[in-house]
Amino acid sequence: MKNIMKAIGSLSVLAFVLTACGDGGGAKKTTSTLDTTKSQGFVKCGVSQGVPGFSNADASGNWTGIDVDVCRAVAAAVLGDASKVKYTGLSAKERFTALQAGEIDILSRNTTWTLERDASIGLTFVGVNFYDGQGFMVRKSTGLKSVNDFKNGVKVCTNLGTTTELNMADFFKSKGVKYEPVVFEKADEVVQAYDAGRCDTYTTDKSALAAQSTKMKDPTEHVVLPETISKEPLGPVVRQGDSKWEDVVRWSLNVFIEAEEYGVNSGNIDSMKESKNPAIQRIVGAEGTKNGEALGLDNQWSYRIIKQIGNYGESYKRNLADTNIMPERGPNQLWTKGGILYVPPVR
Amino acid sequence: MNKTLNYIREKFFSSPIDAFLTISISYLIYLTIPPLLDWMFISATFSGESKKECVSGGACWVFVKIWFNRFLYGMYPNDEVWRVNLPFGILVVSIIVYRFLNEKYKKYLFLFLIIPFPILSLMLFSGGFLGLMPVETREWGGLFLTLVISIFAIIFCFPLGVLLAMGRRSNLPVVRYFSVGFIEFWRGVPLITVLFMAGVMFPLLLPAGTNMDKLVRVIIAITLFEAAYMAEVVRGGLQAVGRGQYDASKAIGMGYWKSHIFIILPQALKLVIPGIANTFIALFKDTPLVFVVGLLEILGMVNLAKTNPAWLGMATEGYVFVALVYWIFCFAMSRYSLSIEEKLKTTN
Repeated sequence: MKNIMKAIGSLSVLAFVLTACGDGGGAKKTTSTLDTTKSQGFVKCGVSQGVPGFSNADASGNWTGIDVDVCRAVAAAVLGDASKVKYTGLSAKERFTALQAGEIDILSRNTTWTLERDASIGLTFVGVNFYDGQGFMVRKSTGLKSVNDFKNGVKVCTNLGTTTELNMADFFKSKGVKYEPVVFEKADEVVQAYDAGRCDTYTTDKSALAAQSTKMKDPTEHVVLPETISKEPLGPVVRQGDSKWEDVVRWSLNVFIEAEEYGVNSGNIDSMKESKNPAIQRIVGAEGTKNGEALGLDNQWSYRIIKQIGNYGESYKRNLADTNIMPERGPNQLWTKGGILYVPPVR
Repeated sequence: MNKTLNYIREKFFSSPIDAFLTISISYLIYLTIPPLLDWMFISATFSGESKKECVSGGACWVFVKIWFNRFLYGMYPNDEVWRVNLPFGILVVSIIVYRFLNEKYKKYLFLFLIIPFPILSLMLFSGGFLGLMPVETREWGGLFLTLVISIFAIIFCFPLGVLLAMGRRSNLPVVRYFSVGFIEFWRGVPLITVLFMAGVMFPLLLPAGTNMDKLVRVIIAITLFEAAYMAEVVRGGLQAVGRGQYDASKAIGMGYWKSHIFIILPQALKLVIPGIANTFIALFKDTPLVFVVGLLEILGMVNLAKTNPAWLGMATEGYVFVALVYWIFCFAMSRYSLSIEEKLKTTN
């Protein structure tokens, strides 16, 4: 008995020491991420472990994708070189803690902006770089033209345990249609089941539908229905309480989109320097513009973004249209051309 | 001719049940093997540069060919891969040479392999001295990462496991309760949880500004986890060594450590070689779980590659390749442990 007491005693001392060690945690760094980024000479960017068109590696080990371009834009703005980015592939589960712990400084990993994430976990969403939403794919031979054509007993293939499954349940409930879910763990299995005719329709985010259809025997046999049943605005995230860094990331994204609005791209930006339009002059960093100073950068920051990466439209074309992931821009078209892509003025 | 027929009748058709089994299994083989061979070799595509060249309907090995460096080295810069190849080359050569060396030099080679060699290799992998480009661990991946994790975890978990096994049988209560507590704790939690804690929760507990490399955290986590299993395997061996051996070593004046190192452990470990090999193989096959903390070992790299827009739909080829790599390594480990068993075989 005495021995047991001794053991318990020593263990509790050990536990006490360990807790004491943990006490320093949670303290916030006082220096801005902008300054540390400038001094260390690279941007620490968190990306996915492979989402087609958004963040992906190629066979030579370079990261590409529309989410990757956000990090490259920040690197071009802050450090002058879009290639000065260190990528960390993150799983969906660890992405937020990696950002909080300072392992990364920007999370650009097709993350949906929701109230809960923005408000309760010490993070800030800086904008939207892709408007996604859940859609349905059907065989052309079924003749279905709209989600309103679904009849009772429709078999729906989808992934297990995601918001997709919940959205689908809400949707069919609101329509009063009885459906039969066919769920699988992996996207590959879902596609195979649908392709083998085990379901009438396949539902997931629209950005993934087209990409997944390239795995099917005959991709031309299938069509994505026009309706979108959920809102999934995806955008980059930074730590809360570092407004300098937040501003740099936000305006790097904004100028990236605004450049397309004013027709400035990587090919014509040098000739655009002659433009008389003040908005374009601000983007190319003509004399007298003060945007860069306000952000703690030099005045060529936006010029470098467009010169090295191109504007949003070029990035979209390169990553999502040419690769056939989402050839139609849909809501991701500029507001001037019928989409909902609208950013505050860069001035 | 008659002899062959007789042989077949005896071995495959000796009773109606046997005949039925023979025929149905042959049919099963007929159904599966030819299409498999056809897919893997006959209609497979081996040459080319992109998915477009794979039109034959068979396996598209072009995928593995193009991505080969990524599957082997992860994001390690292509120009620097010699720094990975060199230490692994030395390791393979050393293991082969080790078999043919005489006892006197074996000791030195062994000491070199377990102490300076891993340290030198790690320095070479990470670089940053003598003009070598620094390569951060976040760029390590593929088979290289699988091997780094498993080799270091194996090197560390073995001595720790032996100590824990001895601790669990110790007469000192603090040591005993600590060992029991440690073993039961780590055996009671799933590896995926341990990795998740090490990869995701641990950095939040550290004071601000300090950071421990994720790979180091993961290797420590796997080491502690596997050490608990190793301890129980070794404890089985310790129990199997006769009481007489303990008494005899005590009688000739050996203390606790001396008797364990020279008398007890050599016998105990010899008995549990299959169990140790089992634990090592299991450890090796547990490494893909590091996926949950964002490390891309060989399976993670295949998963990343198959989501590249230019290579969608190549999952099967990738998985077959990974299965083959795993099988080669696990089979080699199993054979190696068998050969050690053979060599140390003595009639007790």
